[in-house]
Amino acid sequence: MLILTNARLIDPEKGTDKLGSVVIKNGKIAEIVYGDTPKGKTTDCGGKCLAPGIIDIGVKVCEPGERHKESFASAGRAAAAGGVTTMVIRPDTKPAIDSPETLHFALSRAVEDACVNVLSMAAMTRGRNGKEMAEIGFLQDAGAVAFSDADSVIADNKIFGRCLTYAKGLGALVMGHIQEPSLSKGSAVTSGPFATKLGLPGASPMAERIQLERDMALVEMTGVRYHVDQISTAVALPVLERAKAAGLSVTAGASIHHLTLNELDVEGYRTFFKVKPPLRHETDRVATVEAVASGLIDIISSMHTPQDEESKRLPFEEAASGAVGLETLLPAAMQLVHGGYMDMPTLWRAMSLNPAKLLGLAGGRLAKGAPADLVLFDPDKPFVLDRTTLKSKSKNTPFDGRRMQGVVLRTFLGGQEIYAKS
Amino acid sequence: MGISVRHLLGIEQLSPTDITTILDLAENYVDLNRQANKHSEVLAGLTQINMFFENSTRTQASFELAGKRLGADVMNMALGASSIKKGETLVDTALTLNAMNPDLLVMRHPQSGAVDLLSEKVNCAVLNAGDGRHEHPTQALLDALTIRRAKGRLHRLSVAICGDIAHSRVARSNIFLLNKMESRIRLIAPQTLLPSGIDKFGVEVFDDMNEGLKDVDVVMMLRLQRERMDGAFIPSEREYYHRWGLDVKKLANAKPDAIVMHPGPMNRGVEIDGDIADDVTRSVIQEQVEMGVAVRMAAMHLLADGLRATKREDAIC
Repeated sequence: MLILTNARLIDPEKGTDKLGSVVIKNGKIAEIVYGDTPKGKTTDCGGKCLAPGIIDIGVKVCEPGERHKESFASAGRAAAAGGVTTMVIRPDTKPAIDSPETLHFALSRAVEDACVNVLSMAAMTRGRNGKEMAEIGFLQDAGAVAFSDADSVIADNKIFGRCLTYAKGLGALVMGHIQEPSLSKGSAVTSGPFATKLGLPGASPMAERIQLERDMALVEMTGVRYHVDQISTAVALPVLERAKAAGLSVTAGASIHHLTLNELDVEGYRTFFKVKPPLRHETDRVATVEAVASGLIDIISSMHTPQDEESKRLPFEEAASGAVGLETLLPAAMQLVHGGYMDMPTLWRAMSLNPAKLLGLAGGRLAKGAPADLVLFDPDKPFVLDRTTLKSKSKNTPFDGRRMQGVVLRTFLGGQEIYAKS
Repeated sequence: MGISVRHLLGIEQLSPTDITTILDLAENYVDLNRQANKHSEVLAGLTQINMFFENSTRTQASFELAGKRLGADVMNMALGASSIKKGETLVDTALTLNAMNPDLLVMRHPQSGAVDLLSEKVNCAVLNAGDGRHEHPTQALLDALTIRRAKGRLHRLSVAICGDIAHSRVARSNIFLLNKMESRIRLIAPQTLLPSGIDKFGVEVFDDMNEGLKDVDVVMMLRLQRERMDGAFIPSEREYYHRWGLDVKKLANAKPDAIVMHPGPMNRGVEIDGDIADDVTRSVIQEQVEMGVAVRMAAMHLLADGLRATKREDAIC
């Protein structure tokens, strides 16, 4: 039995943030007490925040294929250090997780090596080629929690429509990427004056709206459960709003990078700021943050994408996209709270409760009977991020050298401590 | 006398004083280049390497000549063919060359920002000879020198830049330079050949050539960069010539003493009428080439001065 007392309890379900204690028994939350301190051997949390562990949808662990970039062991350590207790991994590995065999491999490796919960998505089409449907029934039986071709869009409407229809029959969740491929092809940044100044090829924010419009039409046609992996532009938000108002079974996510950085960060051709979709204009960033606060956008994720130094040390257009984010998700998200955009329970609704609801998980809540997956953190403590200290094998963070606030002190998985700040 | 930068990566980093300093020194080199003995020893003992990752005849020849006239040891590397094909990255190529202790690296690369990346990895002065669709600073400087010699000043002129702005590094560098020197810029192009957000760059944008050329002092034509186009931008070359090609009739809208410029190589009959290009009373296209050598000599001279000053400081410390 573990009793954590004198903690600011962040309860995303009730929307509360007040001092109290949590009693943990047999890996589960046995009791939540406000007011009197429970009897027994207690651990004083010193008034720091205690919240459900983060459920991060869309993490790339580079197994199979590119273990030098990230392994289950290193990703697990990074997750624990970042307060992430459940990683939902992406299928864009080499080879793609598109068969029950590759899925089995990934999940077994996760059990062997990762110190946090790991769930896996699987590819919608074989090799993410956008042409032939993967065995999504078998994959679902083998444990795939959602289907997605990651950042590759199934451009053929007939094929995508059939995939959605088939997925609907299985009750499966589909995750879409909404960057219209013909407009996005060859682009490295968002079009506009800044792209023009740097002379980099840009894609219009309209590329996002066009693809979302198409996907919403097909969701309406098929009735499938659909989640947008990342929405990042102001022009696409009204489409999402209409779809939700029409009662379609649609949810949406945003990456922490699009909520805390904008296109100007690329200045000087800094490839660590090259992500997919590209960073947007400041007005898009603010609109996206406000949509998270209002609940229009349901989920925040890190979109953790490890890349080695070589693939980033290239001219901007040639350089690989993506940034690591497991360890920096929480401190970066604190910027949204400290900036006055949302309160702590609202943030946790997007980082633990909504992901749990989307995937039908028992965690993500601060409630009696829920698994004791918890993170204790100091929301105010300032630090300067040094990328060499990251636990990920790849150090491609855009936050290197940045002044941040918010430090994870301890992380618990099923009541067991899996990380403690030294 | 000197300039505020260690490398010449773009016009964006230069101050108006830097620009004037380069142009003033270039005037001296115009004179030198017109003498029988064109040799100077300003860069004697220094090594200049020209790295061209993209084919170029004119710019490379101009830089080579500029270096040789100043007494530098000049080496040309055509890199389109060798190391890239073997999978070597730009940074490794740069480090390899850096180990040979060059003093001046002149680089052209098909990707925007590649020259910036290189400049972070080497100890010598780097000159951008054109990177992607980003900047081509020496072209803008030679254009400025040509204009200044023809018009006597760079400020309060009306300059029209016409054609494929979207794919043009020459246009970007010229926009930066002419803005810094306080001239008025008009861009004339079909909407499909204008980069997004260009109206935020302190320019006036025109679709119609006759309207755009009204009373301008300088007409700068750009080459239609067919090799950089990846889709439908214009319906055909003949329609483009009809609407945006510079002919006598359209040029009549400009001031009677307006000069016509082109960075070359020209597509006669696509963006410019051959007769105008050859009309010595209007066209300064040949003079631009001459100014190119002088401006590059001036730029390398000033960067080398900066380099020597840094080395002296290092020696003292």
